[in-house]
Amino acid sequence: MERDDLIVNDSYALNSHHSEEEGAKIRKNIWKVTGILTLLTTVEVMMGIYFKRSETFTWTMIKWSFIILTLVKAAYIVLVFMHLGDERSNLKKVILAPYMLFIGYLLFIAISEGFGHLGNFNTLH
Amino acid sequence: MGGEVTKAISKDVLWGGGRSPFSVSYGKMMMWYFLVSDALTFGGLLTAYGFVRASSTDAWPIGEQVFRALPGLEGEYPLIYVALMTFILIVSSVTMVLAVEAGHRNDKSGVIRWLGLTIIGGFFFLSSQAWEWSHFIHGSGGSFLLAENVTVTADDGEVFNLSKGDPVFMDHHFGHLAEPWIEGEPNVSLVESDHGIKLVEVGEHSHEAELHALTLNKYVENESFVSGDEAMKLWNARSGTFAFGANMHDNEYAIQQAYANFFFFITGFHGFHVFSGVVINIIIFIMVIQGVFERRKHYEMVEKIGLYWHFVDLVWVFVFTFFYLV
Repeated sequence: MERDDLIVNDSYALNSHHSEEEGAKIRKNIWKVTGILTLLTTVEVMMGIYFKRSETFTWTMIKWSFIILTLVKAAYIVLVFMHLGDERSNLKKVILAPYMLFIGYLLFIAISEGFGHLGNFNTLH
Repeated sequence: MGGEVTKAISKDVLWGGGRSPFSVSYGKMMMWYFLVSDALTFGGLLTAYGFVRASSTDAWPIGEQVFRALPGLEGEYPLIYVALMTFILIVSSVTMVLAVEAGHRNDKSGVIRWLGLTIIGGFFFLSSQAWEWSHFIHGSGGSFLLAENVTVTADDGEVFNLSKGDPVFMDHHFGHLAEPWIEGEPNVSLVESDHGIKLVEVGEHSHEAELHALTLNKYVENESFVSGDEAMKLWNARSGTFAFGANMHDNEYAIQQAYANFFFFITGFHGFHVFSGVVINIIIFIMVIQGVFERRKHYEMVEKIGLYWHFVDLVWVFVFTFFYLV
């Protein structure tokens, strides 16, 4: 079989070319996302240093904000840096669906079962 | 009796072949499929970590109390070093996306510049991780387990009823000499001092360390310091079980060896990905310089290795949250 990435003038690969003006717009977006990622990481670290771990509701909220901030960062990396946002929607679904189905379920079941012997399903600590 | 197969289907809804239904090239799609499977591997690892941690009945070490050292500096800087590593990887991800963007404009010198910077970022990250591992393996003082139940008063007045098998932590000056002393080095000896005891090393690197203070709950919330006679009480109740830093058998950070093992496996497996990424980036960097992609009229190969490199960054974002922060 011929490898299509080696074909000169391959249509899929050439489709992704862009002009100088489009490039300037894309670069501006890249720097914007860089700023957002740096800001989110700084916020996470500050929260990690400032808030002491405890068995309180505040800490549970902090923990969930870490997870949400991480997912926001992941979304920016996947959709902008990895260009998945620009791909066809069926490719997006093929790549993202396994996580929504599998990882979410696995996490839920593993973490909740991990507390099983403590007889306490409400506190994630 | 024919069922679905005999029904006529409109041609418009069928994919007739000949073109990728995803409108991407074979190579790029396979890179995505590889990343999907690799992400499931990391997902499984982090889930296993969460499961073991959640099911642990002993205290689990806290990231900001284990990882709070900076190279060449005394004092405590919780999470700063790991945050720096995260930042290095994010920046190298940015230079990579700029290399991909330059490739889309067939700008060879742009690709060389940004891909070169990405490789340098990769080396920075790998060196940081090497230091992090070295620090984790050497530890910061070590611990010993108690051989009997002891009641001590900490410096702040709090009274602790410690049981047999509870860990007590040494400071890094004392622990540094305690390790050769335990191993029976003839140069190191334990002597009485004005305030209690001290370890003395004679010979080429002659120096001594006094048992100033011992720490309780060092890697869990609210660490407490114990000094003077109370520290001697703990020292005299020690068992023969010491741990200095971490290896595959024991570690000073936690009662559970799983903590050290997960650190080694998750960050090691990720570090191996970074290392492979740097090697692949170097290969493509050389190919760019040779003009392979200029002749091919597109730089899609840079986009493909870019996907891999961003993925490595993505995994670190999750490792950072679930291993260090939460």
